[in-house]
Amino acid sequence: MKRILVSIKRVIDYNVRIRVKPDGSGVVTDGVKMSINPFDEIALEEALRIKEKGLAEEILAVSIGPVDCQQQLRTALAMGADRAVHVQTDVAVESGCAAKLLLKLVEREQPVLAILGKQAIDDDCNQTGQMLAALWGRPQATFASKVEISGDRAQVTREVDAGLEVIEVDLPAVITTDLRLNEPRYVKLPDIMKAKKKPLETIEPSALGVTPVERLKAVKVDPPSMRSKGVMVKDVSELFSALRSKGLV
Amino acid sequence: MSKILIVAEHRDGKLNPAIAKCVHCASQINGAEIHIAVFSNEPSSVAADAARISGVAKVVTVIHPAHAHALASNIAPQLAEIAKGYSHVFGPSTTFGKDLMPRVAALLDAPQASDIMAVEGATRFRRPIYAGNAIVTVEVVAGTQLVATVRTASFEPAAVGATSAPIEDATFSAALPTHTRFVSISAARNDRPDLQTAKKVVSGGRALASADNFKILYQLADRMGAAVGASRAAVDAGYAPNDMQVGQTGKIIAPELYMTFGISGAVQHLTGIKDARTIVAINKDPEAPIFEVADFGLVGDLFQVVPELEKLLASNG
Repeated sequence: MKRILVSIKRVIDYNVRIRVKPDGSGVVTDGVKMSINPFDEIALEEALRIKEKGLAEEILAVSIGPVDCQQQLRTALAMGADRAVHVQTDVAVESGCAAKLLLKLVEREQPVLAILGKQAIDDDCNQTGQMLAALWGRPQATFASKVEISGDRAQVTREVDAGLEVIEVDLPAVITTDLRLNEPRYVKLPDIMKAKKKPLETIEPSALGVTPVERLKAVKVDPPSMRSKGVMVKDVSELFSALRSKGLV
Repeated sequence: MSKILIVAEHRDGKLNPAIAKCVHCASQINGAEIHIAVFSNEPSSVAADAARISGVAKVVTVIHPAHAHALASNIAPQLAEIAKGYSHVFGPSTTFGKDLMPRVAALLDAPQASDIMAVEGATRFRRPIYAGNAIVTVEVVAGTQLVATVRTASFEPAAVGATSAPIEDATFSAALPTHTRFVSISAARNDRPDLQTAKKVVSGGRALASADNFKILYQLADRMGAAVGASRAAVDAGYAPNDMQVGQTGKIIAPELYMTFGISGAVQHLTGIKDARTIVAINKDPEAPIFEVADFGLVGDLFQVVPELEKLLASNG
Protein backbone atom coordinates (compact mmCIF):
# COMPACT_ATOMS: atom_id res chain seq x y z
CA MET A 1 0.00 0.00 0.00
CA LYS A 2 1.25 3.49 -0.88
CA ARG A 3 1.40 5.22 2.45
CA ILE A 4 2.44 8.72 3.57
CA LEU A 5 3.65 9.32 7.10
CA VAL A 6 3.01 12.78 8.55
CA SER A 7 4.32 13.99 11.90
CA ILE A 8 2.10 16.10 14.13
CA LYS A 9 3.51 18.14 17.02
CA ARG A 10 1.37 19.67 19.74
CA VAL A 11 2.50 23.26 20.36
CA ILE A 12 1.24 26.48 21.91
CA ASP A 13 -1.17 28.01 19.42
CA TYR A 14 0.28 30.43 16.88
CA ASN A 15 -1.87 33.30 18.18
CA VAL A 16 -0.98 32.99 21.86
CA ARG A 17 1.27 35.67 23.28
CA ILE A 18 4.24 33.82 24.78
CA ARG A 19 5.07 34.63 28.41
CA VAL A 20 8.27 33.50 30.09
CA LYS A 21 7.85 32.15 33.64
CA PRO A 22 9.43 34.45 36.25
CA ASP A 23 11.57 31.60 37.62
CA GLY A 24 13.15 31.03 34.20
CA SER A 25 12.03 27.41 34.02
CA GLY A 26 10.18 27.79 30.74
CA VAL A 27 7.16 29.51 29.25
CA VAL A 28 3.62 29.64 30.64
CA THR A 29 1.53 26.74 29.32
CA ASP A 30 -1.23 26.54 31.96
CA GLY A 31 -4.61 27.40 30.46
CA VAL A 32 -2.98 28.20 27.12
CA LYS A 33 -4.56 27.07 23.84
CA MET A 34 -2.64 24.24 22.16
CA SER A 35 -2.76 23.36 18.46
CA ILE A 36 -1.10 21.37 15.72
CA ASN A 37 2.20 23.00 14.75
CA PRO A 38 1.18 25.10 11.68
CA PHE A 39 3.94 23.63 9.48
CA ASP A 40 2.71 20.13 10.37
CA GLU A 41 -0.82 21.11 9.38
CA ILE A 42 0.61 22.12 5.99
CA ALA A 43 2.40 18.73 5.83
CA LEU A 44 -0.86 16.88 6.47
CA GLU A 45 -2.73 19.01 3.91
CA GLU A 46 -0.09 18.17 1.28
CA ALA A 47 -0.36 14.47 2.07
CA LEU A 48 -4.16 14.65 1.75
CA ARG A 49 -3.88 16.39 -1.64
CA ILE A 50 -1.45 13.72 -2.88
CA LYS A 51 -3.90 11.04 -1.76
CA GLU A 52 -6.81 12.87 -3.41
CA LYS A 53 -4.88 12.82 -6.70
CA GLY A 54 -4.75 9.03 -6.36
CA LEU A 55 -1.00 8.98 -5.75
CA ALA A 56 -1.25 7.57 -2.21
CA GLU A 57 -3.68 5.27 -0.45
CA GLU A 58 -3.22 5.87 3.25
CA ILE A 59 -2.18 8.78 5.46
CA LEU A 60 -0.64 7.90 8.81
CA ALA A 61 -0.36 10.70 11.41
CA VAL A 62 2.25 10.30 14.15
CA SER A 63 2.69 12.36 17.28
CA ILE A 64 5.27 12.03 20.05
CA GLY A 65 4.62 13.39 23.54
CA PRO A 66 2.25 13.31 26.51
CA VAL A 67 -1.28 11.89 26.38
CA ASP A 68 -2.72 15.31 25.41
CA CYS A 69 -1.16 14.90 21.94
CA GLN A 70 -4.12 12.68 21.15
CA GLN A 71 -6.24 15.82 20.80
CA GLN A 72 -4.06 16.97 17.91
CA LEU A 73 -4.07 13.47 16.42
CA ARG A 74 -7.88 13.48 16.53
CA THR A 75 -7.82 16.80 14.68
CA ALA A 76 -5.46 15.27 12.11
CA LEU A 77 -7.88 12.34 11.69
CA ALA A 78 -10.74 14.82 11.29
CA MET A 79 -8.78 16.64 8.59
CA GLY A 80 -8.55 13.35 6.73
CA ALA A 81 -5.68 11.20 8.03
CA ASP A 82 -6.68 7.50 7.96
CA ARG A 83 -5.07 6.38 11.20
CA ALA A 84 -2.81 7.66 13.93
CA VAL A 85 0.06 6.47 16.09
CA HIS A 86 0.75 8.17 19.39
CA VAL A 87 4.22 7.57 20.82
CA GLN A 88 3.45 8.37 24.43
CA THR A 89 6.11 9.87 26.68
CA ASP A 90 6.15 12.55 29.36
CA VAL A 91 9.86 13.34 29.08
CA ALA A 92 11.31 15.98 26.75
CA VAL A 93 12.06 14.54 23.31
CA GLU A 94 14.90 16.19 21.37
CA SER A 95 14.89 16.30 17.57
CA GLY A 96 17.48 13.52 17.35
CA CYS A 97 15.34 11.24 19.48
CA ALA A 98 12.17 12.15 17.59
CA ALA A 99 13.97 11.20 14.37
CA LYS A 100 14.98 7.83 15.83
CA LEU A 101 11.40 7.11 16.91
CA LEU A 102 10.06 8.15 13.50
CA LEU A 103 12.67 5.94 11.82
CA LYS A 104 11.35 2.91 13.73
CA LEU A 105 7.83 3.71 12.53
CA VAL A 106 9.08 4.28 8.98
CA GLU A 107 10.73 0.84 9.05
CA ARG A 108 7.49 -0.69 10.29
CA GLU A 109 5.12 1.18 7.97
CA GLN A 110 7.28 1.49 4.82
CA PRO A 111 5.85 4.83 3.59
CA VAL A 112 6.72 6.25 0.15
CA LEU A 113 6.91 9.70 1.69
CA ALA A 114 7.41 11.17 5.14
CA ILE A 115 6.19 14.77 5.22
CA LEU A 116 7.15 16.92 8.21
CA GLY A 117 6.85 20.60 9.05
CA LYS A 118 10.15 22.39 8.47
CA GLN A 119 10.20 23.46 12.11
CA ALA A 120 8.03 23.50 15.20
CA ILE A 121 7.04 26.96 16.36
CA ASP A 122 7.92 26.17 19.98
CA ASP A 123 11.60 25.19 19.93
CA ASP A 124 12.23 26.48 16.36
CA CYS A 125 14.86 23.76 15.88
CA ASN A 126 14.30 22.88 12.21
CA GLN A 127 16.05 19.50 12.52
CA THR A 128 13.79 16.43 12.70
CA GLY A 129 13.04 15.96 9.00
CA GLN A 130 16.68 16.20 7.95
CA MET A 131 17.72 13.85 10.79
CA LEU A 132 15.08 11.30 9.80
CA ALA A 133 16.27 11.42 6.17
CA ALA A 134 19.89 10.87 7.28
CA LEU A 135 19.06 7.91 9.53
CA TRP A 136 16.80 6.43 6.86
CA GLY A 137 19.53 6.93 4.21
CA ARG A 138 16.99 8.60 1.93
CA PRO A 139 16.71 12.00 0.15
CA GLN A 140 15.49 15.14 1.89
CA ALA A 141 13.66 17.99 0.19
CA THR A 142 13.42 20.69 2.83
CA PHE A 143 11.46 23.99 2.85
CA ALA A 144 9.14 22.81 0.07
CA SER A 145 6.84 25.30 -1.63
CA LYS A 146 5.73 22.92 -4.42
CA VAL A 147 5.66 19.13 -4.65
CA GLU A 148 5.02 17.13 -7.84
CA ILE A 149 5.00 13.34 -7.69
CA SER A 150 5.51 11.31 -10.85
CA GLY A 151 6.04 7.57 -10.54
CA ASP A 152 8.88 6.81 -8.15
CA ARG A 153 10.19 10.37 -8.13
CA ALA A 154 9.22 13.74 -6.72
CA GLN A 155 10.17 17.13 -8.02
CA VAL A 156 10.27 19.64 -5.19
CA THR A 157 10.60 23.42 -5.33
CA ARG A 158 12.46 24.67 -2.26
CA GLU A 159 12.45 28.15 -0.75
CA VAL A 160 16.14 29.00 -0.33
CA ASP A 161 17.87 32.29 0.48
CA ALA A 162 18.83 32.87 -3.15
CA GLY A 163 15.35 32.26 -4.56
CA LEU A 164 13.61 29.05 -5.58
CA GLU A 165 15.58 25.84 -6.06
CA VAL A 166 14.14 22.78 -7.78
CA ILE A 167 15.47 19.32 -6.95
CA GLU A 168 14.41 15.85 -7.98
CA VAL A 169 14.43 13.03 -5.45
CA ASP A 170 13.85 9.29 -5.70
CA LEU A 171 11.14 7.90 -3.45
CA PRO A 172 10.93 7.08 -0.65
CA ALA A 173 11.99 10.50 0.62
CA VAL A 174 11.48 13.04 3.37
CA ILE A 175 9.86 16.37 2.54
CA THR A 176 9.68 19.29 4.96
CA THR A 177 7.10 21.99 4.35
CA ASP A 178 7.45 25.75 4.10
CA LEU A 179 4.65 28.23 4.72
CA ARG A 180 3.44 28.69 1.18
CA LEU A 181 3.14 25.08 0.11
CA ASN A 182 -0.62 25.13 0.60
CA GLU A 183 -3.45 26.42 2.77
CA PRO A 184 -4.73 23.72 5.12
CA ARG A 185 -8.45 22.93 5.00
CA TYR A 186 -10.85 23.60 7.83
CA VAL A 187 -12.25 20.70 9.78
CA LYS A 188 -16.00 20.16 9.47
CA LEU A 189 -18.16 18.95 12.34
CA PRO A 190 -19.23 15.63 10.72
CA ASP A 191 -15.55 14.86 10.16
CA ILE A 192 -14.84 15.38 13.85
CA MET A 193 -17.51 12.79 14.65
CA LYS A 194 -16.13 10.39 12.05
CA ALA A 195 -12.57 10.87 13.36
CA LYS A 196 -13.60 9.41 16.73
CA LYS A 197 -14.02 6.03 15.04
CA LYS A 198 -10.69 6.06 13.22
CA PRO A 199 -7.88 3.91 14.68
CA LEU A 200 -5.45 5.56 17.10
CA GLU A 201 -2.66 3.31 18.37
CA THR A 202 -0.67 4.20 21.47
CA ILE A 203 2.85 2.92 21.86
CA GLU A 204 5.71 3.51 24.32
CA PRO A 205 9.15 4.61 23.05
CA SER A 206 10.63 1.50 24.70
CA ALA A 207 8.43 -0.70 22.49
CA LEU A 208 10.22 0.93 19.54
CA GLY A 209 13.59 0.28 21.19
CA VAL A 210 14.36 3.97 21.79
CA THR A 211 15.03 5.62 25.16
CA PRO A 212 14.68 9.43 25.13
CA VAL A 213 17.90 11.00 26.45
CA GLU A 214 18.42 14.70 27.14
CA ARG A 215 21.73 15.69 25.60
CA LEU A 216 21.13 19.43 25.29
CA LYS A 217 19.85 20.59 28.66
CA ALA A 218 17.78 23.77 28.89
CA VAL A 219 19.45 25.61 31.77
CA LYS A 220 17.12 28.60 31.85
CA VAL A 221 14.65 30.54 29.76
CA ASP A 222 14.72 34.34 29.67
CA PRO A 223 12.51 36.93 28.01
CA PRO A 224 14.24 38.61 25.05
CA SER A 225 15.94 41.94 25.64
CA MET A 226 13.72 44.71 24.41
CA ARG A 227 14.68 47.55 22.14
CA SER A 228 13.84 50.88 23.70
CA LYS A 229 11.38 53.18 22.00
CA GLY A 230 13.05 55.98 20.05
CA VAL A 231 11.77 59.38 19.04
CA MET A 232 8.86 60.43 16.88
CA VAL A 233 9.65 62.97 14.16
CA LYS A 234 7.04 65.37 12.86
CA ASP A 235 7.79 65.33 9.14
CA VAL A 236 9.98 63.95 6.38
CA SER A 237 12.59 66.71 6.52
CA GLU A 238 13.11 66.15 10.25
CA LEU A 239 13.51 62.43 9.55
CA PHE A 240 15.97 63.14 6.75
CA SER A 241 18.06 65.46 8.99
CA ALA A 242 18.12 62.87 11.77
CA LEU A 243 19.33 60.14 9.40
CA ARG A 244 21.81 62.50 7.73
CA SER A 245 23.33 63.47 11.10
CA LYS A 246 23.93 59.77 11.81
CA GLY A 247 25.52 59.33 8.39
CA LEU A 248 22.84 56.86 7.31
CA VAL A 249 21.67 58.67 4.16
CA MET B 1 40.57 22.02 24.03
CA SER B 2 37.91 22.91 21.52
CA LYS B 3 38.43 22.03 17.90
CA ILE B 4 35.79 23.60 15.67
CA LEU B 5 34.96 22.75 12.06
CA ILE B 6 32.92 25.26 10.07
CA VAL B 7 31.35 24.30 6.75
CA ALA B 8 31.72 26.95 4.05
CA GLU B 9 28.71 28.21 2.15
CA HIS B 10 29.59 29.63 -1.24
CA ARG B 11 28.16 30.42 -4.64
CA ASP B 12 29.70 31.38 -7.98
CA GLY B 13 33.20 31.05 -6.50
CA LYS B 14 32.51 33.46 -3.67
CA LEU B 15 32.46 32.69 0.05
CA ASN B 16 29.21 33.71 1.77
CA PRO B 17 29.86 36.57 4.27
CA ALA B 18 28.00 34.49 6.87
CA ILE B 19 31.09 32.28 7.21
CA ALA B 20 33.25 35.10 8.66
CA LYS B 21 30.47 35.56 11.23
CA CYS B 22 30.54 31.86 12.08
CA VAL B 23 34.31 32.19 12.60
CA HIS B 24 33.74 35.13 14.95
CA CYS B 25 31.20 33.06 16.89
CA ALA B 26 33.59 30.09 17.09
CA SER B 27 36.46 32.33 18.21
CA GLN B 28 34.46 33.27 21.31
CA ILE B 29 35.10 29.76 22.61
CA ASN B 30 38.35 30.04 24.57
CA GLY B 31 41.38 28.50 22.89
CA ALA B 32 39.38 27.15 19.96
CA GLU B 33 41.24 25.82 16.94
CA ILE B 34 39.11 26.74 13.95
CA HIS B 35 39.09 24.92 10.61
CA ILE B 36 36.90 25.52 7.56
CA ALA B 37 35.72 22.79 5.17
CA VAL B 38 34.96 23.72 1.54
CA PHE B 39 32.94 21.31 -0.62
CA SER B 40 33.09 22.29 -4.28
CA ASN B 41 33.89 21.13 -7.79
CA GLU B 42 36.24 24.12 -8.04
CA PRO B 43 37.20 25.22 -4.50
CA SER B 44 40.34 27.31 -5.03
CA SER B 45 38.97 30.87 -4.83
CA VAL B 46 36.58 30.04 -2.00
CA ALA B 47 39.31 28.23 -0.06
CA ALA B 48 41.67 31.19 -0.53
CA ASP B 49 39.02 33.56 0.87
CA ALA B 50 38.34 31.25 3.80
CA ALA B 51 42.06 30.91 4.57
CA ARG B 52 42.44 34.67 4.96
CA ILE B 53 39.75 34.99 7.67
CA SER B 54 41.51 35.91 10.86
CA GLY B 55 41.39 33.08 13.41
CA VAL B 56 41.22 30.26 10.87
CA ALA B 57 44.02 27.71 11.39
CA LYS B 58 43.37 25.45 8.41
CA VAL B 59 41.11 25.03 5.39
CA VAL B 60 40.14 21.57 4.14
CA THR B 61 38.87 21.25 0.59
CA VAL B 62 36.82 18.38 -0.79
CA ILE B 63 36.71 18.39 -4.56
CA HIS B 64 33.97 16.47 -6.36
CA PRO B 65 31.96 17.19 -9.51
CA ALA B 66 28.77 16.53 -7.51
CA HIS B 67 29.54 19.56 -5.35
CA ALA B 68 28.91 21.95 -8.27
CA HIS B 69 25.55 22.41 -6.57
CA ALA B 70 25.39 22.18 -2.80
CA LEU B 71 23.14 19.24 -1.89
CA ALA B 72 22.88 18.18 1.75
CA SER B 73 22.70 14.49 0.84
CA ASN B 74 26.07 14.74 -0.97
CA ILE B 75 27.89 16.99 1.52
CA ALA B 76 26.61 15.40 4.76
CA PRO B 77 28.35 11.99 4.55
CA GLN B 78 31.71 13.55 3.68
CA LEU B 79 31.37 16.33 6.26
CA ALA B 80 30.46 13.78 8.93
CA GLU B 81 33.60 11.82 7.98
CA ILE B 82 35.86 14.89 8.29
CA ALA B 83 34.09 16.06 11.47
CA LYS B 84 35.29 13.09 13.51
CA GLY B 85 37.72 14.43 16.10
CA TYR B 86 36.17 17.89 16.25
CA SER B 87 34.38 19.02 19.42
CA HIS B 88 32.05 21.35 17.49
CA VAL B 89 30.73 21.45 13.93
CA PHE B 90 29.25 24.80 12.91
CA GLY B 91 27.31 26.01 9.89
CA PRO B 92 25.53 29.28 9.15
CA SER B 93 21.85 29.58 10.00
CA THR B 94 20.98 30.16 6.34
CA THR B 95 18.81 27.81 4.29
CA PHE B 96 22.07 26.06 3.26
CA GLY B 97 23.10 25.44 6.89
CA LYS B 98 19.59 24.69 8.12
CA ASP B 99 19.23 22.02 5.43
CA LEU B 100 22.66 20.46 5.90
CA MET B 101 23.60 20.55 9.58
CA PRO B 102 20.85 18.31 11.03
CA ARG B 103 21.69 15.66 8.43
CA VAL B 104 25.32 15.81 9.62
CA ALA B 105 24.27 15.77 13.28
CA ALA B 106 22.21 12.63 12.74
CA LEU B 107 25.08 10.88 10.95
CA LEU B 108 27.38 11.81 13.86
CA ASP B 109 24.69 10.95 16.42
CA ALA B 110 25.36 14.39 17.93
CA PRO B 111 22.81 16.85 19.31
CA GLN B 112 22.31 20.13 17.45
CA ALA B 113 21.84 23.64 18.83
CA SER B 114 20.07 25.72 16.17
CA ASP B 115 20.49 29.47 15.72
CA ILE B 116 23.03 30.13 18.45
CA MET B 117 23.04 33.86 19.21
CA ALA B 118 25.54 33.99 22.10
CA VAL B 119 28.43 31.88 23.36
CA GLU B 120 28.68 31.39 27.13
CA GLY B 121 31.39 28.76 27.02
CA ALA B 122 32.45 25.70 25.05
CA THR B 123 29.38 23.78 26.20
CA ARG B 124 26.90 26.59 26.87
CA PHE B 125 25.00 28.70 24.32
CA ARG B 126 21.96 30.95 24.05
CA ARG B 127 19.38 30.56 21.29
CA PRO B 128 15.93 32.01 20.49
CA ILE B 129 12.77 29.92 20.82
CA TYR B 130 9.08 30.75 20.26
CA ALA B 131 9.93 33.07 17.34
CA GLY B 132 12.35 35.02 19.53
CA ASN B 133 9.79 35.60 22.28
CA ALA B 134 12.01 33.66 24.67
CA ILE B 135 15.71 32.94 24.82
CA VAL B 136 16.90 29.57 26.11
CA THR B 137 20.35 28.85 27.51
CA VAL B 138 21.35 25.32 26.56
CA GLU B 139 24.18 23.21 27.89
CA VAL B 140 25.60 20.08 26.36
CA VAL B 141 27.28 17.47 28.55
CA ALA B 142 31.05 18.05 28.43
CA GLY B 143 32.73 15.67 26.02
CA THR B 144 29.67 15.40 23.75
CA GLN B 145 30.27 16.50 20.18
CA LEU B 146 27.97 19.39 19.30
CA VAL B 147 26.59 20.47 15.93
CA ALA B 148 25.24 24.01 15.69
CA THR B 149 23.96 26.62 13.30
CA VAL B 150 25.06 30.19 13.96
CA ARG B 151 22.51 33.00 13.86
CA THR B 152 24.60 35.30 11.69
CA ALA B 153 22.67 38.47 12.59
CA SER B 154 24.06 38.11 16.13
CA PHE B 155 27.76 38.20 15.19
CA GLU B 156 30.02 40.69 13.43
CA PRO B 157 32.24 39.15 10.74
CA ALA B 158 35.75 38.13 11.81
CA ALA B 159 38.40 40.35 10.24
CA VAL B 160 40.30 39.41 7.11
CA GLY B 161 43.92 38.86 8.12
CA ALA B 162 47.16 39.54 6.28
CA THR B 163 48.26 35.93 6.43
CA SER B 164 46.72 32.81 4.95
CA ALA B 165 46.04 29.55 6.74
CA PRO B 166 47.26 26.35 5.04
CA ILE B 167 44.86 24.66 2.59
CA GLU B 168 44.68 20.86 2.44
CA ASP B 169 42.78 18.50 0.16
CA ALA B 170 40.76 15.67 1.63
CA THR B 171 39.84 12.69 -0.51
CA PHE B 172 37.07 10.13 -0.19
CA SER B 173 36.68 6.83 -1.95
CA ALA B 174 33.06 6.12 -1.03
CA ALA B 175 30.56 6.88 -3.79
CA LEU B 176 28.06 9.68 -3.20
CA PRO B 177 24.34 8.92 -3.27
CA THR B 178 22.54 9.53 -6.57
CA HIS B 179 19.01 9.71 -5.14
CA THR B 180 18.93 13.52 -5.05
CA ARG B 181 19.49 15.65 -8.16
CA PHE B 182 19.75 19.40 -8.66
CA VAL B 183 17.38 20.63 -11.37
CA SER B 184 17.45 24.44 -11.37
CA ILE B 185 17.58 27.60 -9.36
CA SER B 186 15.69 30.76 -10.19
CA ALA B 187 17.73 33.43 -8.47
CA ALA B 188 16.30 36.68 -7.38
CA ARG B 189 17.50 39.71 -9.41
CA ASN B 190 20.98 40.61 -8.27
CA ASP B 191 21.58 44.18 -9.43
CA ARG B 192 20.44 45.31 -5.98
CA PRO B 193 22.34 44.52 -2.74
CA ASP B 194 21.61 41.13 -1.20
CA LEU B 195 18.92 41.41 1.46
CA GLN B 196 20.76 39.17 3.91
CA THR B 197 23.99 41.20 3.90
CA ALA B 198 22.92 44.73 2.84
CA LYS B 199 23.91 47.67 5.07
CA LYS B 200 20.61 49.42 4.32
CA VAL B 201 17.22 47.82 3.81
CA VAL B 202 13.95 49.43 2.74
CA SER B 203 10.94 47.26 3.55
CA GLY B 204 7.24 47.37 2.68
CA GLY B 205 4.08 45.96 4.20
CA ARG B 206 0.51 45.30 3.23
CA ALA B 207 -0.17 49.05 3.08
CA LEU B 208 1.66 49.14 -0.26
CA ALA B 209 -1.59 47.57 -1.53
CA SER B 210 -0.20 46.13 -4.80
CA ALA B 211 2.88 44.66 -6.45
CA ASP B 212 2.90 47.67 -8.74
CA ASN B 213 3.08 50.09 -5.82
CA PHE B 214 6.16 48.26 -4.54
CA LYS B 215 8.01 49.95 -7.41
CA ILE B 216 8.23 53.17 -5.41
CA LEU B 217 10.22 51.28 -2.78
CA TYR B 218 12.54 49.80 -5.43
CA GLN B 219 13.18 53.33 -6.71
CA LEU B 220 13.89 54.65 -3.22
CA ALA B 221 16.12 51.67 -2.49
CA ASP B 222 18.12 52.22 -5.68
CA ARG B 223 18.58 55.87 -4.77
CA MET B 224 19.89 54.82 -1.32
CA GLY B 225 21.87 51.77 -2.42
CA ALA B 226 19.59 49.66 -0.27
CA ALA B 227 18.11 46.16 -0.53
CA VAL B 228 14.33 45.70 -0.50
CA GLY B 229 12.45 43.53 1.99
CA ALA B 230 8.80 42.86 2.72
CA SER B 231 6.57 41.75 5.58
CA ARG B 232 4.91 38.35 5.54
CA ALA B 233 1.56 40.08 4.95
CA ALA B 234 2.91 41.74 1.80
CA VAL B 235 4.41 38.46 0.55
CA ASP B 236 1.23 36.48 1.31
CA ALA B 237 -0.78 39.11 -0.58
CA GLY B 238 1.48 38.59 -3.60
CA TYR B 239 2.96 42.12 -3.59
CA ALA B 240 6.53 40.82 -3.21
CA PRO B 241 8.30 37.50 -3.90
CA ASN B 242 8.94 34.97 -1.10
CA ASP B 243 12.68 35.57 -0.97
CA MET B 244 12.06 39.16 0.13
CA GLN B 245 10.28 38.13 3.33
CA VAL B 246 11.87 39.45 6.51
CA GLY B 247 10.96 37.86 9.85
CA GLN B 248 11.12 34.67 11.86
CA THR B 249 9.91 32.50 8.98
CA GLY B 250 11.76 34.56 6.37
CA LYS B 251 15.15 36.23 6.61
CA ILE B 252 16.70 37.40 9.86
CA ILE B 253 18.78 40.47 9.09
CA ALA B 254 20.92 43.02 10.92
CA PRO B 255 21.49 46.03 8.61
CA GLU B 256 22.77 49.38 9.84
CA LEU B 257 19.57 51.04 8.65
CA TYR B 258 16.16 49.36 8.37
CA MET B 259 13.33 51.54 7.05
CA THR B 260 9.79 50.18 7.16
CA PHE B 261 6.91 51.58 5.13
CA GLY B 262 3.40 50.50 6.06
CA ILE B 263 4.56 47.61 8.25
CA SER B 264 2.58 47.29 11.47
CA GLY B 265 5.25 45.27 13.27
CA ALA B 266 3.92 41.78 14.02
CA VAL B 267 6.09 39.91 16.53
CA GLN B 268 7.36 37.51 13.90
CA HIS B 269 8.53 40.45 11.77
CA LEU B 270 10.24 42.19 14.71
CA THR B 271 12.10 38.97 15.47
CA GLY B 272 13.76 39.24 12.07
CA ILE B 273 15.03 42.80 12.58
CA LYS B 274 15.80 43.23 16.24
CA ASP B 275 19.54 43.32 15.65
CA ALA B 276 19.24 46.15 13.10
CA ARG B 277 21.32 49.15 14.22
CA THR B 278 18.73 51.86 13.41
CA ILE B 279 15.07 51.18 12.71
CA VAL B 280 12.86 53.78 11.03
CA ALA B 281 9.08 53.31 10.92
CA ILE B 282 6.65 55.11 8.65
CA ASN B 283 3.03 54.15 9.25
CA LYS B 284 -0.38 55.82 9.05
CA ASP B 285 -1.49 54.22 12.31
CA PRO B 286 0.08 55.95 15.36
CA GLU B 287 -0.76 52.83 17.43
CA ALA B 288 1.24 50.45 15.20
CA PRO B 289 3.53 48.25 17.34
CA ILE B 290 6.46 48.98 15.01
CA PHE B 291 6.75 52.41 16.70
CA GLU B 292 7.59 50.67 20.00
CA VAL B 293 10.89 49.43 18.59
CA ALA B 294 11.70 52.17 16.06
CA ASP B 295 14.56 54.59 16.69
CA PHE B 296 12.75 57.12 14.51
CA GLY B 297 9.01 57.03 13.88
CA LEU B 298 6.91 59.10 11.52
CA VAL B 299 3.14 58.93 11.41
CA GLY B 300 2.18 59.51 7.81
CA ASP B 301 1.03 58.16 4.47
CA LEU B 302 3.85 56.28 2.82
CA PHE B 303 2.62 57.34 -0.64
CA GLN B 304 3.45 60.94 0.34
CA VAL B 305 6.51 60.18 2.47
CA VAL B 306 8.40 58.09 -0.11
CA PRO B 307 8.40 60.69 -2.93
CA GLU B 308 9.27 63.46 -0.46
CA LEU B 309 12.15 61.44 0.92
CA GLU B 310 13.38 60.67 -2.58
CA LYS B 311 13.30 64.37 -3.47
CA LEU B 312 15.35 65.22 -0.37
CA LEU B 313 17.85 62.49 -1.21
CA ALA B 314 18.14 63.77 -4.79
CA SER B 315 18.63 67.41 -3.83
CA ASN B 316 21.08 66.65 -1.01
CA GLY B 317 22.98 64.02 -3.05
